[in-house]
Amino acid sequence: MITRFRQIEMRLMGPLTMIPIVLCLVVLGTIAALPVVATILSELVADFVPPALQHLTIVVLGTAGFVGILALNPIYSIWLERKVAAHVQDRLGPMRVGWHGLLQSFADGVKLLFKEDLVPRDADRVLFGAAPMLAVASAFAAFAIVPWGVREDGTVLAVANLNIGVLYFIAITSLGALSVLMAGWGSNNKYALYGGMRAAAQMVSYEIPTAILVLVVVAQVGSLSIPEIVNAQAGGILGVGDWLIFQLFPLNLIAFVLFFICGLAETNRTPFDIPEAESELVAGFHTEYSGMRFAFFFLAEYGNMLLVSMLAALLFLGGWVGPFGSNPLLFFVKGFGLVVVQMWLRWTLPRLRVDQLMGICWKYVIPISFFLLVVTTVIKGLL
Amino acid sequence: MAEQRSPVDGAPLVTLYDEELPPDNSYAFSPEELEEDEMILNMGPQHPSTHGVLRVELKTDGEIVKDARPHIGYLHRNFEKHAENIDYQGVIPFTDRMDYVGSMGNSLAYALTVEKLLGIGVGERVAGIRVITAELQRIASHLLAMGTYGMDIGAFTPFLLCFQQRERVLDLFEWLCGARLLYNYNWVGGVSHDLPEGWTDKCRRFLDEFVPVLDEVDKLLSHNKIFIRRTADIGIITPAMAKDYALSGPNLRGSGIDWDLRRDDPYLGYENYDFNVVVADSPHGPVGSCWDRYFVRVREMYESVKIVRQALDRLPAEGDVHENVPRFVRPLAGEAYCRSEAPRGELAFYIVAENKKPIPYRVKGRSPCFVAMGLFHEITRGEMIADIIAIIGSLDIVLGEIDR
Repeated sequence: MITRFRQIEMRLMGPLTMIPIVLCLVVLGTIAALPVVATILSELVADFVPPALQHLTIVVLGTAGFVGILALNPIYSIWLERKVAAHVQDRLGPMRVGWHGLLQSFADGVKLLFKEDLVPRDADRVLFGAAPMLAVASAFAAFAIVPWGVREDGTVLAVANLNIGVLYFIAITSLGALSVLMAGWGSNNKYALYGGMRAAAQMVSYEIPTAILVLVVVAQVGSLSIPEIVNAQAGGILGVGDWLIFQLFPLNLIAFVLFFICGLAETNRTPFDIPEAESELVAGFHTEYSGMRFAFFFLAEYGNMLLVSMLAALLFLGGWVGPFGSNPLLFFVKGFGLVVVQMWLRWTLPRLRVDQLMGICWKYVIPISFFLLVVTTVIKGLL
Repeated sequence: MAEQRSPVDGAPLVTLYDEELPPDNSYAFSPEELEEDEMILNMGPQHPSTHGVLRVELKTDGEIVKDARPHIGYLHRNFEKHAENIDYQGVIPFTDRMDYVGSMGNSLAYALTVEKLLGIGVGERVAGIRVITAELQRIASHLLAMGTYGMDIGAFTPFLLCFQQRERVLDLFEWLCGARLLYNYNWVGGVSHDLPEGWTDKCRRFLDEFVPVLDEVDKLLSHNKIFIRRTADIGIITPAMAKDYALSGPNLRGSGIDWDLRRDDPYLGYENYDFNVVVADSPHGPVGSCWDRYFVRVREMYESVKIVRQALDRLPAEGDVHENVPRFVRPLAGEAYCRSEAPRGELAFYIVAENKKPIPYRVKGRSPCFVAMGLFHEITRGEMIADIIAIIGSLDIVLGEIDR
């Protein structure tokens, strides 16, 4: 009888883990307090909702929509990844579920949802359970500062239009390393431990050049606010001439490439997928995870991929400004374009070794980014 | 139980002990011998890249491997003892299951040994067909080695490109004898089936289309900078070490030693074919590295293509492939040892025969992978965990042949 209850409990655990994460995000959304989204939504809400509940409604609606978009992103990113991989490898990829396999990821998601929720006997249950949530929370929360575009009247389409947006990005993405470390330690598995330790070393190391390269941009534009950084890139030849990547040639180009490399390292993508190196560490930090918890790490990974790509697009490729004026669609194209580049690299390159990875970071990336920071600042000061 | 003695000269073959031996656990690492910061990491037998059911015990200090001990025997199927109870022809399907990705080479080596024991030869057409199948098998086996080695290093795409081409070789074999993996093709004194109508044309077409793909995969993987940095300075087997440990095949040539049985101790008329013995020239680091062994295999595939082309050209149009197949295999008392160049190196069989008996008295396989495993602990000491995978892959072991 007890076993029966235990089974039912385990069945339910998977879907139930979704609840804390949603709560967590609602809280985060409330803290971010979104005055901007409020102004957009308030016009719609004002007509239907009693005044006392308007603020709450807006926050809940905004967060739900936002989370909905981000939850759909991995589903189609995974489909895209499998298609990119398949075509690189001279095969078709998913073709059965839906048109060209478009619903394959939904089917996989449903399967993961109904899988038994396994926790190793000797695992640290608290850390083991909290790690995937923290991973998703950090990936999703960072999206709060990503502006999707700007309206005619100058309103920025962002969950939170922080004037220190890039700082927030650097702070929140550091949480990702913590989640991987928690997963690695909490699983009580040697492979997971190796994965966790590698991830911690890797992510912490690569945060330094990321921050410096963000500073390179900040020093040139003179603002920590992402919308202002983007607006400073509007105009120029063909509407692309003032993109930061083309300025001070080739300094900013190098900065962009380095930023993208650091992004790959922070999201654990090939050639830097050392924490989950399949051929060495079985599955690295998520060796012991299955079902919905495993899916959460996937959500986080694809969320991070998109985040890094979007940040690179915003900081260096002009975000939503381009040859056809200001357009959020253009921003999406750039962001997903860089995501495809990440996938393309993954299916082309082998994996570095852990010491080579750290060597690249400390011997090349950090010195070069410092150099870039100094040179761009000096040039900016002289001009 | 008594000793097993050779019926020829009475020399002991296998010593069987009467009393049960005490369990000996001294081979495994014990937790007591660990120093501070050291940890035992058990890799395998269920690990994605130990190429089968190899279990390696690693004594690690962080990412550094202080010591490595391979444990073999998870795939032991008692082949040699089985062979003592089955007639000579019946052993061939068992040999197929030794190196299960290079079955043609195994049955060929066994068939050659029994033929030597009987003192019979094969016709020119059979020899040609055997060369063609053996070299195609070498291509298939090396493609597998190349693809999985890429995957060990983290590149997934070469694996699938290689497998597509390997599938085409298997298709050819399937057309030839009905099986895709374990062929039972080389018989004592012949082969099981003659080449079907149109087979040679399809084989030629495969060779023509295969070379460009191999070029492409070679470009994608072999000269990739990350790949070179991962493999070119680890797992060094010096030429002296390679000789001491009696390595053979691509592992030996990867250490810069020019030795190939097809040229130096020819069988099946290999001396008549024009091909080069590939020896590592190690442009990217010390000789005998993982990259050298890997690249020897890649270049050997081009040589195999050359050999197959020549063999197809000079294959006699007529000939009965069962012409020399003996009705009964009942050799006179004696023993025979015959070696041949299988995809993984020097594969040899030693057979002891009793007078006019239909079953062998003793069959012993000399497997190149087992020998290569012997120096595993030497070349892994002091490397990193990721390198262990690279080294296992570069030795290109198949556990079916190690454990037999």
